[in-house]
Amino acid sequence: MEHALRERRWIGAAAGLAATVALSSCGTPSSSPTGEAASAAAHTSGPPNLSGIWQALNTADWDLQAHAAEPGPISSLGTLTAIRPGPGVVVGNDIPYLPEALEQRNKNRERRWTDDPELKCFMPGVPRANYLPQPFQIVQGTDTIMMTYEFADAVRIIYMKDPGPAPDYSWMGWNVGHWEGNTLVVDVTFLRDDTWLDRSGNYHSEDLHVVERYTPQGPNVLMYEATLDDPKVFSRPRTIRMPLYRHTEDNAQLMEFKCIPFVEDLLYSKIGR
Amino acid sequence: MPQPNRSIRTVVFLTLLACGGAACAQSSAADGDAAKLAAQNWTVPRLADGHPDLEGIWTNKSVTPFERPVELGNKEFFTPDEAKAFMAKALERSDKDNRTDDVRDVLSAYNGFWWDSGTKVLPNMRTSIVTDPPNGRIPPLTAERQAQLAAEREATKERCEKPGCAIANSGQPAPADEPQALDLMTRCISFGTAVPMLPTAYNNNYQIVQTDGAIAIDTEMVHQVRRIPTDASPHLPSSVRQWFGDPRGHWDGDTLVVETTNFKGQFFGRMSAADENLKVTERFKRVAPDILLYQFTVEDPTVWTAPWSGEIPLTRIDGLLYEYACHEGNRGMQNILSAARKDIAKAEGK
Repeated sequence: MEHALRERRWIGAAAGLAATVALSSCGTPSSSPTGEAASAAAHTSGPPNLSGIWQALNTADWDLQAHAAEPGPISSLGTLTAIRPGPGVVVGNDIPYLPEALEQRNKNRERRWTDDPELKCFMPGVPRANYLPQPFQIVQGTDTIMMTYEFADAVRIIYMKDPGPAPDYSWMGWNVGHWEGNTLVVDVTFLRDDTWLDRSGNYHSEDLHVVERYTPQGPNVLMYEATLDDPKVFSRPRTIRMPLYRHTEDNAQLMEFKCIPFVEDLLYSKIGR
Repeated sequence: MPQPNRSIRTVVFLTLLACGGAACAQSSAADGDAAKLAAQNWTVPRLADGHPDLEGIWTNKSVTPFERPVELGNKEFFTPDEAKAFMAKALERSDKDNRTDDVRDVLSAYNGFWWDSGTKVLPNMRTSIVTDPPNGRIPPLTAERQAQLAAEREATKERCEKPGCAIANSGQPAPADEPQALDLMTRCISFGTAVPMLPTAYNNNYQIVQTDGAIAIDTEMVHQVRRIPTDASPHLPSSVRQWFGDPRGHWDGDTLVVETTNFKGQFFGRMSAADENLKVTERFKRVAPDILLYQFTVEDPTVWTAPWSGEIPLTRIDGLLYEYACHEGNRGMQNILSAARKDIAKAEGK
């Protein structure tokens, strides 16, 4: 399986085109960009610049599939912990779990308020990082695109030039990108199986292979699609699709969400007692 | 009067030429060892926005001491022979077989195999990272801060006469029965390597990615990413405090200047004495294909009696940055807490 994964990744990488940025030998510093000036719309030449602060505006993190509102786990907090409803982001809505995998998903769902890695402040994995209810920032460099997330300081380094084989499995995966016209395509493999796909227990194995597509729909919207192929868990690949919106506020910025201190009592209160 | 005018124009022209066509840094004094380290017949590559290209993977590892050893006095630079001798000594020291019969052996048993803290002195040949004060040693703490820290040490000492303490990364016993009592490194919150960017025992690698209006610096140590706006935006309101502060960048000619304030006031490592009034100003200047000159100034008037500064020429490495997930598998935390709590339970006869 690892071999198959590698092969798929190499195909993706071979098709890859490195982002080229025209180097100006004597350009003068430009004025500060605003949300508009740092436009995601196609440049006159070369790929678009997707740099900016983005966020999904949906309830996919509660549940990828269509779901009604439900009360939350802490009644004293009234509506604050309630599950927000949503029409779902899975194309066709169905997630084709293999029978044993469906059992595991259901077990996860029963234990959602104790087992979800998000509540432990663990790095969220891919694609979940992109639809957490917190922003992330894309910094598009010359050969590297960095996606940095407010949640848990998670970061993905997307190599636009072939970085060679993944050294090991990791929380945020091995990310290799290329451009197809205006679309940034990122091939993600070697994701650890410790992460979930949402707060409803949807999950994956370490054979998960994600192909993401980021397509500008104008200066302030990216259409985000991720195809999830995981033959150990799903009987066939499934695609999720959602827009990501640019934060255009004058004071938009990622702030620090260092959540480790928030979970220490939860994780360690029983240790040694 | 045409003659003097022409010569002024010529000087201006030559200065611009030497700086590769963009505005130059105003003062050479702020550039530290830039001239000494500058590559000959090389002009800095620029990105589409005209600013120097600082992208790449850089390391600050070296055997150059943070503070100058007292015996070196005011000696600022090593000669090549002195550097060679110093490197040999540093290697010998880190590669000792330190095993003992002590049950806490694990604290000191590492030899050179385990470290990745460099084998060479920094390319500026300085005898310390700290460049100002001129003796290469950080200035004394204010009397108030000294008194506060002494009181904290005393309280810790008193607390640790009772069970439930463990040897912390500082080498001293510290309370270990509650997660919040443990140090920031043990808790995977900070290894003290991101602001300012100071080297430690391993993972001394940083990746810089740059776009118009923002620069990201990924610190390999515990994947601490600094997201630095370079869009002239103001700092967060001073009521908002963050572990790693609030950085703002701007270009001073070809030098990226980053000013970080709004710190929460808790630090690990070299900065551990600092409080919430800390301000760190950093200057990044690419002076050669493989050297990014890094300078920093630390100001915290309630902590140090004077500002102090340091310099590290960052050198480019060929490798990649790898994910260092720390919190996700923090067995150290579990083991330390478990031992300390059992220690307490045992003392209570449970």
